[in-house]
Amino acid sequence: MTEPQRSDVLIIGGGIMGASAAFFLRQRGKSVTLIERGLIGQQASGTNFGNVRRQGRYLPQLPLANRSRAIWGRLNDLLGEDAEFLPSGHLRLAYTEEMAERIEQYGRDARPYGLELEMLSGNILRDRFPFLGPEIRAGSYSPLDGHANPRLAAPAFGRAAKRAGAAIVERAEVLSVEQEGGSFRAQTADGRIFRAEQMLITAGAWGSRLSQQFGEPAPLVVHGPQMAVTEPVPYALEPVLGIATTIPEEIIYLRQVKRGNIVFGGGIRGPASAETLRAYVKPENTLGQLSQITRIVPALRRLNVIRVWSGIESYLPDDIPIMGPSARVSGLHYAFGFCGHGFQLGPGVGDVMAELIATGQTSTPIEPFTIARFAGGATNQTGGHP
Amino acid sequence: MAEPRIIIVGAGPAGIRAAGMLVAAGLRPVLLDEGQRDGGQIYRRQPEGFTRTPEQLYGTEAARAVALHQSFERLKPQIDYRPRHLAWNVADGVVHTISEGKPGQFAYDVLIIAAGATDRLLPVKGWQHAGVYSLGGAQIALKAQACAIGRKVVFLGTGPLLQLVALQYHKAGAQVVALLDTSPFLKQVLALPKLAARPAMLVKGLRLVGGLMASGMAIHRGVTPVEIHGEAEAGVTGVSVRLASGEIRRFDCDAVGLGYHLRPEAQLADLARCAFTFDAKTRQFWPEIDADGRSSVAGVYLAGDGVRTQGADGAEISGALAACAVLADLGRPVPEAERAALREQGRIMERFREGIAEAYPWPAHLAADLPDDAILCRCEGITVGELREAATEKGADEVNRAKALTRVGMGRCQGRYCGHAGAEIVAAATGVPLEAVGRLRGQAPVKPLPVAAGEVQP
Repeated sequence: MTEPQRSDVLIIGGGIMGASAAFFLRQRGKSVTLIERGLIGQQASGTNFGNVRRQGRYLPQLPLANRSRAIWGRLNDLLGEDAEFLPSGHLRLAYTEEMAERIEQYGRDARPYGLELEMLSGNILRDRFPFLGPEIRAGSYSPLDGHANPRLAAPAFGRAAKRAGAAIVERAEVLSVEQEGGSFRAQTADGRIFRAEQMLITAGAWGSRLSQQFGEPAPLVVHGPQMAVTEPVPYALEPVLGIATTIPEEIIYLRQVKRGNIVFGGGIRGPASAETLRAYVKPENTLGQLSQITRIVPALRRLNVIRVWSGIESYLPDDIPIMGPSARVSGLHYAFGFCGHGFQLGPGVGDVMAELIATGQTSTPIEPFTIARFAGGATNQTGGHP
Repeated sequence: MAEPRIIIVGAGPAGIRAAGMLVAAGLRPVLLDEGQRDGGQIYRRQPEGFTRTPEQLYGTEAARAVALHQSFERLKPQIDYRPRHLAWNVADGVVHTISEGKPGQFAYDVLIIAAGATDRLLPVKGWQHAGVYSLGGAQIALKAQACAIGRKVVFLGTGPLLQLVALQYHKAGAQVVALLDTSPFLKQVLALPKLAARPAMLVKGLRLVGGLMASGMAIHRGVTPVEIHGEAEAGVTGVSVRLASGEIRRFDCDAVGLGYHLRPEAQLADLARCAFTFDAKTRQFWPEIDADGRSSVAGVYLAGDGVRTQGADGAEISGALAACAVLADLGRPVPEAERAALREQGRIMERFREGIAEAYPWPAHLAADLPDDAILCRCEGITVGELREAATEKGADEVNRAKALTRVGMGRCQGRYCGHAGAEIVAAATGVPLEAVGRLRGQAPVKPLPVAAGEVQP
């Protein structure tokens, strides 16, 4: 058990970022060991809403999101497993004229990035999506966005990486990481030591605990998404629906899965703890969400909620992730802190990080996400979504 | 100091006795209950306008039922009684309820959870057909509405309720085709020393068995369930079991009452973050309590069948004991002599509970041996084979992981009815001990929550 394991790349953290990076690194011929404290895809990657949404993102993130979307489209062939990706379309909705203008402007701004959005309002919107409530004024439709099953996606990447030859070490908590004689060394709580030429830290809410051991702490805070699901009813709501608003209580998003249940989330974030590994849904948040989902689709008032859940997500002050090479240590890379919008990006992040680690560069711009932006303790507000 | 805010959840024997003890000490608890009327399940009161006598409704337990109902009538003006209030969540010292579509919030300093039990179920191939009911459900249909679950009924499973419901159906005039008990008769004989802890109850039990023998219904013990036959339209058409002799026999029927004793309704305790512990004898997790019903969380007390399946008499005692613990922890005078007597009776109840568990053991091997094509999770339509594959091929050797990958336990019942069997299947398929396979974490709502509740501001 104490035998040091050696590989080209050591990945710490088995969420969708780490698992997909392991898979794509194997495709590039690198030997990979992935170490995960619990099980693959158990935290933020497995408990999020499941949005495969590009519209509404921070614009400079769209090239990465586009690259990821292309992978989602061929995920089943790539992994040999179904993560229930459904390119159902995504509809971003506005209650007010001001927000309608804002999403219309976003549509114009997104076009140069290759994201074509269709602005709909009034009777055209209602004819096409007759289930929408009377308060909805306008919507921006993204035909190629959609949703997938978060409980399945990261584990599917993990298994595919394993089949491709990656070493997937679950139930092993990495306590210390360091650079030693030009290579990297990680030690687990049970005393195992792993070594590699390069290291990738994809440890989500626990990322800063590791990055700070290399002198690069990140100002992560943790929150729990407030998720819920109804009983199943016949499939009728095709696009993912989300509200564009500046009022936190109004934030709501919902999707219907093919088997019929309606999954929703949003509103005020809940308490989570990176120490106890627990996150909770506040009952008042659930009730608040119920009053919001019926504003979007009034017919939902006849359904029942059968389950709520949360998970541990990490956020950064500027609401965009840390992704890219370390600013201090050569051979060290980061991809964590995805601020509640990482699921869609997951496959693309894995692909880009694999490219970066294997070739030293990437064709997808990721400069805004450098960890160096926190070097002086400064926190510039970029602002991103919804 | 302001009066402490005390909430009791559940107006069955445990909740009513707890309320009585607190009222006697000068306190005025809030009693939240999901039911239309008090009494809980075992002493469930019939709807207004029904005219059956207590003897018809409760049999040998009529006197106790009437006594409890009368105590409650006296208590009613002295407590804040809220019937038709489902406690769907508890968090941060507040019980969240739903009542006739309206959400409510009840803040507490002290919470006594006496939420009762539901049937412990074990799937059998074909149990998804219409016409398969739990034993408790079958009994409630009879007790509350004077209805039978079918014209020709088979009762299958094990436990005291199996015998009792079969006889109640027979007495009510239903045709009971067969009583099929998975426990061998020998187990019941071997448990006699522990069952003798309550001689009067043992005598009642023996009379019950005598009544069953005299009824003329077919009774087979030590059976192995094979399949519940049925069709999508017609529902149940029969039950096949392997008799102790090895012969496979089919019993034609149009309804099946199924159950393997009871399991605590511990979701609220779970949401209140009470610690759970594994009981190797009954092969299940249940909340940790001390001898008086204190949970691991300060201010939260657990009583009745919602924490240990001791039955109605045990529930009354544990409810009163939990109230004594509340008084002691609030620094109020405790009726010492009464508490000492209750504790002594509580020990007898616990010994008898162990006897019942040994006489009618949870047949774990039946879950482990279920065929791959049997439906395991009825809510989501997931087969035993799908769960086994996730356990062996996808590394899901823990129940919450298995749930995430397969949906077993994700539906309306939240794993109440397939969770225990699912854990046995994962344990058997992976070789991981049941204790390490774990338990499904409780998730709100305790029962389905109407979306329309969001339209009413509490």
